[in-house]
Amino acid sequence: MTETKKIEYVSYLDRQGEYKGIFSWIFTLDHKRIGLMYLYAIMVLFFVGAIMGLLMRVELIAPGETIMKAQTYNGLFTVHGIIMIFMVVIPGLSVIFGNFFLPILIGAKDVAFPKLNRLSFWIYITGCILAISTQFLKKGPPDTGWSFYAPYSTTTGTNVIMATFAAFVLGFSSILTGLNFIVTIHQMRAPGMKFFNMPLFSWAIYATAWTQLLATPIIGITLLMLIAERLFGIGFFNPALGGDPVLFQHLFWIYSHPAVYIMILPALGVISEIIPTFCQKKIYGYKAIAFSSIAIAGVGFLVWGHHMFTSGMSDQARWFFSLLTFLVAVPSAIKVFNWLATMYKGSIDLKPPFLYALAFIFLFTIGGTTGLLLGSVATNVQVHDTAFVVAHFHYIIFGGMGFAFFGAIHYWLPKMYGRMYNMKRATIAWGINFVGFNLLYFPQFILGFEGVPRRYYDYLPQFQTGQVISTIGGFILIAGLILMVINLVQGARHGEIAPANPWQGSTLEWQIPSPPSLENFDEAPVIKKNPYDYK
Amino acid sequence: MANNTTHTTEYKVLARVLLVLMFFTFLTISVTTYHLAAFSVTVALLIASVKGFFVLTYFMHLKYESTLLRILVAMIFVLYAVIILITFIDYAFR
Repeated sequence: MTETKKIEYVSYLDRQGEYKGIFSWIFTLDHKRIGLMYLYAIMVLFFVGAIMGLLMRVELIAPGETIMKAQTYNGLFTVHGIIMIFMVVIPGLSVIFGNFFLPILIGAKDVAFPKLNRLSFWIYITGCILAISTQFLKKGPPDTGWSFYAPYSTTTGTNVIMATFAAFVLGFSSILTGLNFIVTIHQMRAPGMKFFNMPLFSWAIYATAWTQLLATPIIGITLLMLIAERLFGIGFFNPALGGDPVLFQHLFWIYSHPAVYIMILPALGVISEIIPTFCQKKIYGYKAIAFSSIAIAGVGFLVWGHHMFTSGMSDQARWFFSLLTFLVAVPSAIKVFNWLATMYKGSIDLKPPFLYALAFIFLFTIGGTTGLLLGSVATNVQVHDTAFVVAHFHYIIFGGMGFAFFGAIHYWLPKMYGRMYNMKRATIAWGINFVGFNLLYFPQFILGFEGVPRRYYDYLPQFQTGQVISTIGGFILIAGLILMVINLVQGARHGEIAPANPWQGSTLEWQIPSPPSLENFDEAPVIKKNPYDYK
Repeated sequence: MANNTTHTTEYKVLARVLLVLMFFTFLTISVTTYHLAAFSVTVALLIASVKGFFVLTYFMHLKYESTLLRILVAMIFVLYAVIILITFIDYAFR
């Protein structure tokens, strides 16, 4: 009987289809393989972006010119931002784990449009190549910062057109992925899988997909307007041509603030999966967490103006945006309180995924509360464009999305590759990452309060202590990340064979073999219970 | 769950919608000759919204879709209306 099963079951990694070797990946329509290709691309880009970040930290280890000139620094922080924002964290969790696990979590064989999914991936790769090529083309990398603020972006001689076009192309990939996931959730759920039987990661992906679909076209049009202004001298944004630079900021942030939620919502979904599994307890407040994802996506659309408090907006608009910014903190806090309530009296197992989830809650809470300081007009004016903003942003995006990403890969790697990683080494890497991260970014809160501006390659000597601590933190963090990746790669290649359900999880992905077969399920599962039904 | 029914819209209906769209396009150009000051954007957006309504209803077959889908599309319109309204809180009081 066992023999028969072995012959019948072929994992998606071993399955030989129409194409062989590398072509079986290039032309694949399997959502799991596409998810893995995104993983590899994003990990490479993440390390490129991280090394750029580390080079900036080395430059800032002492006042004055250290290892690079000011213009190089300007190019570096711009391309670091473009890579990390548009190519790593915006697609990040959604395209990797959304692609791999969304269909499995809702009991489907694949996404609704597999060919569109493949197209999205290759559009993404095209956008990445275009963006990175700006670093090497004749006029040099753009020096506008990742936000491409006008009017400077309309006049600088660097490769702004190519960079904005790359972001435009990447946006198409994002829209198509969002559309695919929405249709998948609406049309492909297994029998009995009602909306309120879906795992919370699916809810998070659903909310994210709507934001991708509705917000991304706005940045697309805005960037095309910027290109048109540069090429044809149309005065959209440059006051010298009769344009309005604040209009650019409005249009840019109408997308780019919801984009923060595109980055963070799937992370919140991952944490909602990890916590009940490692507490062996039904999640507290399932509906509240599900609705808070929708609420974050909805209200998150209306708070963009808090990026522009010092840009010359009207006072009425400033208090209005400030009020809405405070409101968006409510659904985020609902999630945190529900996670804590889930842990209460749970059978907590401090395995690496759970450690990353704990680190996420700690760092995300610091990022969130410092966000309220920026949401308040009075304090915002004091710390606007200082290192405080850099610290806040990295606590949310790296401490939040990044640590959730690490949690997700430690949680789902046994399912993706069918092998386990070394727990002890993963725990040590987690500790190094946590210490390194806080050492890197926390001093920047203090430096910001003291008035150190962001995006400067130089500073006054009295700020050196904080800058040195921050740079040391950067090196520690990189060491932790390298250890983590080596451990995961070794685990995926040579680790012990993983059982189907190594964490005793209750959601659908743990009910199928590790790694899954091509179509995930032998027959469509019939759902009769809540996804977090722990005894 | 999937709504697999298909609807064929008569050419006559499509032609009428096309004429309506052309009329509104003519109207969009015509109103620019009047000096409506702050209301010029509002009028342009209103005309564009009416055109969008016809395109969605007839060309994109929303008329024959489920109530849920129509509600979802309506919510998108409300969202964009709110975004434009909020933007104008800045411009109106600056």
